[in-house]
Amino acid sequence: MNELTEIWTYLAEEPLLWLTATLIAYSLGDAAFKASGKRAYVNPVLIAVTLLAVVLWMTATPYQTYFEGAQFVHFMLGPATVALAAPLYGNLSRIRRSAIPLLCALLAGSVTAILSALGVAYAMGIRGDILVSIAPKSVTAPVALGISESLGGEPTLTAVLVILTGVMGAVMATPLLNRLGVSDWRARGFAVGVASHGIGTARAFQVNETAGAFAGIGMGLNALLTTVLAPLIVSLFI
Amino acid sequence: MVFTAAFQSSATVKGVQHVILHLTTILVFQLVGETLTRSLGWVVPGPVLGMALLLLFFVSAPRIAKAIQPTAQGLLSHLSLLFVPAGVGIVGHLDRMGSDGLGIFLALLISTVLSIAVGALVFSGIARWMGAEE
Repeated sequence: MNELTEIWTYLAEEPLLWLTATLIAYSLGDAAFKASGKRAYVNPVLIAVTLLAVVLWMTATPYQTYFEGAQFVHFMLGPATVALAAPLYGNLSRIRRSAIPLLCALLAGSVTAILSALGVAYAMGIRGDILVSIAPKSVTAPVALGISESLGGEPTLTAVLVILTGVMGAVMATPLLNRLGVSDWRARGFAVGVASHGIGTARAFQVNETAGAFAGIGMGLNALLTTVLAPLIVSLFI
Repeated sequence: MVFTAAFQSSATVKGVQHVILHLTTILVFQLVGETLTRSLGWVVPGPVLGMALLLLFFVSAPRIAKAIQPTAQGLLSHLSLLFVPAGVGIVGHLDRMGSDGLGIFLALLISTVLSIAVGALVFSGIARWMGAEE
Protein backbone atom coordinates (compact mmCIF):
# COMPACT_ATOMS: atom_id res chain seq x y z
CA MET A 1 0.00 0.00 0.00
CA ASN A 2 2.84 2.31 0.93
CA GLU A 3 4.57 1.53 -2.34
CA LEU A 4 1.39 2.32 -4.24
CA THR A 5 1.19 5.72 -2.56
CA GLU A 6 4.81 6.33 -3.52
CA ILE A 7 4.18 5.47 -7.15
CA TRP A 8 1.09 7.70 -7.11
CA THR A 9 3.02 10.61 -5.60
CA TYR A 10 5.61 10.25 -8.33
CA LEU A 11 3.13 9.91 -11.21
CA ALA A 12 0.84 12.68 -10.01
CA GLU A 13 3.68 15.15 -10.45
CA GLU A 14 4.67 13.91 -13.92
CA PRO A 15 3.14 15.24 -17.18
CA LEU A 16 2.63 11.66 -18.43
CA LEU A 17 -0.27 10.88 -16.08
CA TRP A 18 -2.47 13.89 -16.87
CA LEU A 19 -1.67 13.85 -20.56
CA THR A 20 -2.81 10.22 -20.71
CA ALA A 21 -5.85 10.99 -18.55
CA THR A 22 -6.86 13.80 -20.94
CA LEU A 23 -6.63 11.49 -23.96
CA ILE A 24 -8.54 8.69 -22.18
CA ALA A 25 -11.29 11.10 -21.03
CA TYR A 26 -11.66 12.46 -24.55
CA SER A 27 -11.69 8.95 -26.07
CA LEU A 28 -14.50 8.01 -23.67
CA GLY A 29 -16.39 11.19 -24.59
CA ASP A 30 -15.88 10.52 -28.29
CA ALA A 31 -16.99 6.87 -27.89
CA ALA A 32 -20.14 8.03 -26.08
CA PHE A 33 -20.76 10.57 -28.86
CA LYS A 34 -20.47 7.87 -31.54
CA ALA A 35 -22.52 5.34 -29.53
CA SER A 36 -25.33 7.92 -29.25
CA GLY A 37 -25.50 8.14 -33.05
CA LYS A 38 -23.59 11.47 -32.99
CA ARG A 39 -26.20 13.37 -30.96
CA ALA A 40 -25.25 17.01 -30.40
CA TYR A 41 -26.00 16.98 -26.67
CA VAL A 42 -23.55 14.10 -26.13
CA ASN A 43 -20.67 16.57 -26.51
CA PRO A 44 -17.20 14.95 -26.23
CA VAL A 45 -15.62 18.12 -24.74
CA LEU A 46 -18.31 18.38 -22.07
CA ILE A 47 -18.00 14.68 -21.14
CA ALA A 48 -14.18 14.79 -21.03
CA VAL A 49 -14.14 17.98 -18.94
CA THR A 50 -16.67 16.55 -16.47
CA LEU A 51 -14.78 13.25 -16.10
CA LEU A 52 -11.45 15.01 -15.57
CA ALA A 53 -12.96 17.50 -13.11
CA VAL A 54 -14.31 14.61 -11.03
CA VAL A 55 -10.95 12.80 -11.10
CA LEU A 56 -9.04 15.97 -10.13
CA TRP A 57 -11.50 16.63 -7.31
CA MET A 58 -11.32 13.04 -6.00
CA THR A 59 -7.50 13.00 -6.06
CA ALA A 60 -7.25 16.59 -4.74
CA THR A 61 -5.01 17.50 -7.69
CA PRO A 62 -4.56 21.23 -8.31
CA TYR A 63 -5.35 22.50 -11.82
CA GLN A 64 -1.75 23.66 -12.28
CA THR A 65 -0.44 20.11 -11.79
CA TYR A 66 -3.03 18.83 -14.25
CA PHE A 67 -2.16 21.51 -16.80
CA GLU A 68 1.54 20.59 -16.74
CA GLY A 69 0.55 17.35 -18.43
CA ALA A 70 -2.38 18.67 -20.46
CA GLN A 71 -0.42 21.60 -21.88
CA PHE A 72 0.88 19.39 -24.70
CA VAL A 73 -2.69 18.99 -25.94
CA HIS A 74 -3.46 22.67 -25.26
CA PHE A 75 -0.40 23.71 -27.27
CA MET A 76 -1.81 22.09 -30.42
CA LEU A 77 -4.62 24.71 -30.51
CA GLY A 78 -2.19 27.13 -32.18
CA PRO A 79 -1.05 24.85 -35.02
CA ALA A 80 -4.67 23.66 -35.49
CA THR A 81 -5.79 27.29 -35.95
CA VAL A 82 -3.07 27.78 -38.58
CA ALA A 83 -4.16 24.50 -40.24
CA LEU A 84 -7.65 26.00 -40.77
CA ALA A 85 -6.03 27.61 -43.83
CA ALA A 86 -6.35 24.22 -45.59
CA PRO A 87 -10.17 23.90 -45.55
CA LEU A 88 -10.40 27.66 -46.23
CA TYR A 89 -8.23 27.19 -49.32
CA GLY A 90 -10.32 24.20 -50.41
CA ASN A 91 -13.49 26.32 -50.16
CA LEU A 92 -12.01 29.55 -51.51
CA SER A 93 -14.16 29.81 -54.63
CA ARG A 94 -17.36 29.18 -52.63
CA ILE A 95 -16.27 31.78 -50.08
CA ARG A 96 -15.69 34.36 -52.83
CA ARG A 97 -19.10 33.59 -54.36
CA SER A 98 -20.85 34.07 -51.01
CA ALA A 99 -18.90 37.13 -49.85
CA ILE A 100 -21.96 39.41 -49.51
CA PRO A 101 -24.23 37.06 -47.51
CA LEU A 102 -21.16 36.17 -45.46
CA LEU A 103 -20.33 39.75 -44.48
CA CYS A 104 -23.99 40.58 -43.71
CA ALA A 105 -24.29 37.46 -41.52
CA LEU A 106 -21.04 38.40 -39.78
CA LEU A 107 -22.31 41.86 -38.85
CA ALA A 108 -25.76 40.61 -37.82
CA GLY A 109 -24.44 37.63 -35.83
CA SER A 110 -21.71 39.61 -34.09
CA VAL A 111 -23.95 42.52 -33.05
CA THR A 112 -26.68 40.11 -31.89
CA ALA A 113 -24.19 38.13 -29.79
CA ILE A 114 -22.80 41.16 -27.93
CA LEU A 115 -26.02 43.18 -27.64
CA SER A 116 -28.28 40.33 -26.48
CA ALA A 117 -25.75 39.03 -23.96
CA LEU A 118 -25.27 42.46 -22.40
CA GLY A 119 -29.02 43.20 -22.58
CA VAL A 120 -30.06 40.02 -20.75
CA ALA A 121 -27.26 40.36 -18.17
CA TYR A 122 -28.20 44.03 -17.56
CA ALA A 123 -31.86 43.08 -17.13
CA MET A 124 -30.78 40.43 -14.58
CA GLY A 125 -29.10 43.16 -12.54
CA ILE A 126 -25.49 42.47 -13.53
CA ARG A 127 -23.31 45.59 -13.57
CA GLY A 128 -19.70 46.69 -13.54
CA ASP A 129 -16.71 44.54 -14.43
CA ILE A 130 -18.77 41.33 -14.60
CA LEU A 131 -21.03 42.89 -17.26
CA VAL A 132 -18.02 44.02 -19.26
CA SER A 133 -16.45 40.54 -19.01
CA ILE A 134 -19.50 39.08 -20.81
CA ALA A 135 -19.16 41.26 -23.95
CA PRO A 136 -16.46 39.28 -25.86
CA LYS A 137 -17.73 35.78 -24.91
CA SER A 138 -18.37 34.69 -28.54
CA VAL A 139 -14.78 35.33 -29.58
CA THR A 140 -11.88 32.86 -29.63
CA ALA A 141 -10.18 32.81 -26.20
CA PRO A 142 -6.90 34.72 -26.78
CA VAL A 143 -8.71 37.67 -28.44
CA ALA A 144 -11.56 37.65 -25.92
CA LEU A 145 -9.12 37.96 -23.01
CA GLY A 146 -7.44 40.96 -24.66
CA ILE A 147 -10.78 42.70 -25.28
CA SER A 148 -12.00 42.03 -21.74
CA GLU A 149 -8.82 43.42 -20.24
CA SER A 150 -8.83 46.59 -22.35
CA LEU A 151 -12.47 47.28 -21.37
CA GLY A 152 -11.81 46.84 -17.65
CA GLY A 153 -13.31 43.36 -17.32
CA GLU A 154 -11.93 40.27 -15.62
CA PRO A 155 -9.99 38.15 -18.14
CA THR A 156 -10.21 34.94 -16.07
CA LEU A 157 -14.02 35.23 -15.88
CA THR A 158 -14.12 35.95 -19.64
CA ALA A 159 -12.11 32.74 -20.27
CA VAL A 160 -14.80 30.74 -18.44
CA LEU A 161 -17.63 32.46 -20.34
CA VAL A 162 -15.88 31.86 -23.68
CA ILE A 163 -15.65 28.10 -23.04
CA LEU A 164 -19.27 27.91 -21.79
CA THR A 165 -20.50 29.79 -24.87
CA GLY A 166 -18.53 27.43 -27.11
CA VAL A 167 -20.04 24.32 -25.53
CA MET A 168 -23.57 25.82 -25.62
CA GLY A 169 -23.22 26.66 -29.31
CA ALA A 170 -21.81 23.21 -30.14
CA VAL A 171 -24.66 21.47 -28.31
CA MET A 172 -27.59 23.55 -29.57
CA ALA A 173 -26.54 24.38 -33.16
CA THR A 174 -27.82 21.26 -34.94
CA PRO A 175 -31.28 21.03 -33.29
CA LEU A 176 -31.75 24.83 -33.48
CA LEU A 177 -30.80 25.13 -37.16
CA ASN A 178 -32.89 22.07 -38.08
CA ARG A 179 -35.90 23.65 -36.38
CA LEU A 180 -35.29 26.92 -38.25
CA GLY A 181 -35.11 24.95 -41.52
CA VAL A 182 -31.70 26.31 -42.55
CA SER A 183 -30.22 23.64 -44.82
CA ASP A 184 -27.38 25.66 -46.41
CA TRP A 185 -24.16 24.23 -44.91
CA ARG A 186 -22.34 27.52 -45.50
CA ALA A 187 -24.92 29.48 -43.46
CA ARG A 188 -25.09 26.84 -40.71
CA GLY A 189 -21.33 26.63 -40.26
CA PHE A 190 -20.68 30.34 -40.52
CA ALA A 191 -23.30 31.29 -37.90
CA VAL A 192 -21.91 28.70 -35.47
CA GLY A 193 -18.34 29.97 -35.94
CA VAL A 194 -19.42 33.58 -35.32
CA ALA A 195 -21.48 32.71 -32.22
CA SER A 196 -19.29 30.06 -30.61
CA HIS A 197 -15.73 30.27 -32.01
CA GLY A 198 -13.41 27.23 -32.00
CA ILE A 199 -15.59 24.82 -30.03
CA GLY A 200 -18.48 25.54 -32.41
CA THR A 201 -16.07 25.14 -35.35
CA ALA A 202 -14.90 21.76 -34.01
CA ARG A 203 -18.54 20.68 -33.82
CA ALA A 204 -19.21 21.96 -37.37
CA PHE A 205 -16.31 19.85 -38.71
CA GLN A 206 -17.91 16.76 -37.11
CA VAL A 207 -21.09 17.41 -39.06
CA ASN A 208 -19.90 18.63 -42.46
CA GLU A 209 -16.61 19.68 -44.07
CA THR A 210 -18.07 22.80 -45.75
CA ALA A 211 -19.79 23.84 -42.51
CA GLY A 212 -16.44 23.46 -40.74
CA ALA A 213 -14.57 25.63 -43.24
CA PHE A 214 -17.22 28.38 -43.04
CA ALA A 215 -17.23 28.14 -39.24
CA GLY A 216 -13.48 28.72 -39.30
CA ILE A 217 -13.93 31.92 -41.31
CA GLY A 218 -16.76 33.04 -39.03
CA MET A 219 -14.53 32.56 -35.99
CA GLY A 220 -11.61 34.49 -37.54
CA LEU A 221 -13.68 37.40 -38.86
CA ASN A 222 -15.70 37.77 -35.65
CA ALA A 223 -12.46 38.00 -33.66
CA LEU A 224 -11.59 41.08 -35.71
CA LEU A 225 -15.09 42.62 -35.72
CA THR A 226 -15.75 42.17 -31.99
CA THR A 227 -12.50 43.96 -31.22
CA VAL A 228 -14.06 47.02 -32.88
CA LEU A 229 -17.73 46.53 -31.84
CA ALA A 230 -17.41 45.47 -28.18
CA PRO A 231 -16.19 48.87 -26.86
CA LEU A 232 -18.99 50.66 -28.77
CA ILE A 233 -21.79 48.38 -27.54
CA VAL A 234 -20.44 48.24 -23.97
CA SER A 235 -20.54 52.06 -23.82
CA LEU A 236 -24.36 51.86 -24.30
CA PHE A 237 -24.64 50.01 -20.97
CA ILE A 238 -22.31 52.08 -18.81
CA MET B 1 1.97 5.36 -36.26
CA VAL B 2 5.55 6.59 -36.42
CA PHE B 3 6.84 3.34 -34.87
CA THR B 4 5.05 0.97 -37.23
CA ALA B 5 6.00 3.10 -40.22
CA ALA B 6 9.67 2.71 -39.33
CA PHE B 7 9.41 -1.05 -39.92
CA GLN B 8 7.42 -0.82 -43.12
CA SER B 9 8.30 -0.05 -46.71
CA SER B 10 10.37 2.98 -47.59
CA ALA B 11 7.27 4.58 -49.14
CA THR B 12 5.70 4.85 -45.68
CA VAL B 13 8.91 6.24 -44.22
CA LYS B 14 8.79 8.90 -46.91
CA GLY B 15 5.17 9.58 -45.93
CA VAL B 16 6.22 10.21 -42.32
CA GLN B 17 8.96 12.55 -43.47
CA HIS B 18 6.33 14.47 -45.43
CA VAL B 19 4.16 14.76 -42.32
CA ILE B 20 7.13 16.22 -40.45
CA LEU B 21 7.73 18.70 -43.28
CA HIS B 22 4.01 19.68 -43.29
CA LEU B 23 3.90 20.15 -39.51
CA THR B 24 7.07 22.22 -39.70
CA THR B 25 5.46 24.46 -42.35
CA ILE B 26 2.41 24.96 -40.12
CA LEU B 27 4.58 25.74 -37.07
CA VAL B 28 6.73 28.18 -39.07
CA PHE B 29 3.61 30.11 -40.13
CA GLN B 30 2.42 30.22 -36.52
CA LEU B 31 5.84 31.49 -35.45
CA VAL B 32 5.80 34.21 -38.12
CA GLY B 33 2.25 35.16 -37.07
CA GLU B 34 3.20 35.39 -33.38
CA THR B 35 6.31 37.41 -34.16
CA LEU B 36 4.41 39.86 -36.39
CA THR B 37 1.47 40.50 -34.02
CA ARG B 38 3.76 40.95 -31.04
CA SER B 39 6.23 43.24 -32.77
CA LEU B 40 3.44 45.33 -34.35
CA GLY B 41 1.32 45.32 -31.17
CA TRP B 42 -1.79 44.01 -32.96
CA VAL B 43 -4.78 42.51 -31.12
CA VAL B 44 -5.09 39.66 -33.66
CA PRO B 45 -3.72 36.45 -32.10
CA GLY B 46 -0.59 35.03 -33.75
CA PRO B 47 -2.18 31.76 -34.93
CA VAL B 48 -5.04 33.66 -36.65
CA LEU B 49 -2.52 35.81 -38.55
CA GLY B 50 -0.51 32.64 -39.29
CA MET B 51 -3.66 31.09 -40.78
CA ALA B 52 -4.19 34.13 -43.04
CA LEU B 53 -0.55 34.05 -44.18
CA LEU B 54 -0.68 30.29 -44.85
CA LEU B 55 -3.84 30.84 -46.91
CA LEU B 56 -2.00 33.44 -49.05
CA PHE B 57 0.90 31.00 -49.39
CA PHE B 58 -1.50 28.24 -50.55
CA VAL B 59 -2.99 30.58 -53.17
CA SER B 60 0.49 31.29 -54.56
CA ALA B 61 1.56 27.63 -54.39
CA PRO B 62 -1.42 25.31 -55.11
CA ARG B 63 0.80 22.20 -55.32
CA ILE B 64 2.02 22.65 -51.75
CA ALA B 65 -1.56 23.32 -50.60
CA LYS B 66 -2.64 19.97 -52.04
CA ALA B 67 0.26 18.17 -50.35
CA ILE B 68 -0.38 19.65 -46.90
CA GLN B 69 -4.17 19.08 -47.05
CA PRO B 70 -4.16 15.55 -45.47
CA THR B 71 -1.88 16.59 -42.59
CA ALA B 72 -4.00 19.68 -41.88
CA GLN B 73 -7.16 17.58 -41.98
CA GLY B 74 -5.60 15.15 -39.51
CA LEU B 75 -4.90 18.04 -37.12
CA LEU B 76 -8.45 19.35 -37.46
CA SER B 77 -10.28 16.02 -37.23
CA HIS B 78 -9.96 16.07 -33.43
CA LEU B 79 -10.15 19.81 -32.86
CA SER B 80 -12.56 19.24 -29.93
CA LEU B 81 -9.87 17.39 -27.96
CA LEU B 82 -7.65 20.48 -27.92
CA PHE B 83 -10.23 22.46 -25.88
CA VAL B 84 -10.37 19.93 -23.04
CA PRO B 85 -7.43 21.28 -20.94
CA ALA B 86 -8.82 24.84 -20.99
CA GLY B 87 -12.30 23.48 -20.28
CA VAL B 88 -11.12 21.71 -17.12
CA GLY B 89 -9.92 25.12 -15.92
CA ILE B 90 -13.56 26.28 -15.74
CA VAL B 91 -14.33 24.11 -12.77
CA GLY B 92 -12.26 26.09 -10.31
CA HIS B 93 -13.94 29.31 -11.46
CA LEU B 94 -17.60 28.24 -11.37
CA ASP B 95 -18.13 29.33 -7.76
CA ARG B 96 -16.69 32.77 -8.55
CA MET B 97 -19.85 33.68 -10.43
CA GLY B 98 -21.76 33.36 -7.16
CA SER B 99 -25.06 35.23 -7.03
CA ASP B 100 -24.69 36.44 -10.62
CA GLY B 101 -24.47 32.83 -11.88
CA LEU B 102 -28.08 32.54 -13.08
CA GLY B 103 -28.01 35.91 -14.86
CA ILE B 104 -24.74 35.10 -16.59
CA PHE B 105 -25.98 31.64 -17.61
CA LEU B 106 -29.21 33.07 -19.08
CA ALA B 107 -27.29 35.82 -20.88
CA LEU B 108 -24.98 33.29 -22.54
CA LEU B 109 -27.80 30.88 -23.40
CA ILE B 110 -30.19 33.46 -24.93
CA SER B 111 -27.39 35.27 -26.72
CA THR B 112 -25.99 32.06 -28.25
CA VAL B 113 -29.44 30.95 -29.51
CA LEU B 114 -30.18 34.39 -30.99
CA SER B 115 -26.76 34.85 -32.53
CA ILE B 116 -26.72 31.44 -34.28
CA ALA B 117 -30.30 31.91 -35.49
CA VAL B 118 -29.79 35.48 -36.75
CA GLY B 119 -26.45 34.70 -38.41
CA ALA B 120 -27.74 31.61 -40.23
CA LEU B 121 -31.05 33.20 -41.31
CA VAL B 122 -29.32 36.36 -42.62
CA PHE B 123 -26.78 34.28 -44.55
CA SER B 124 -29.28 31.89 -46.14
CA GLY B 125 -31.86 34.66 -46.70
CA ILE B 126 -29.47 36.95 -48.55
CA ALA B 127 -27.92 34.04 -50.48
CA ARG B 128 -31.41 33.03 -51.66
CA TRP B 129 -32.33 36.63 -52.49
CA MET B 130 -29.12 37.05 -54.53
CA GLY B 131 -29.56 33.68 -56.21
CA ALA B 132 -26.26 32.51 -54.72
CA GLU B 133 -27.75 29.32 -53.31
CA GLU B 134 -25.95 25.99 -53.54
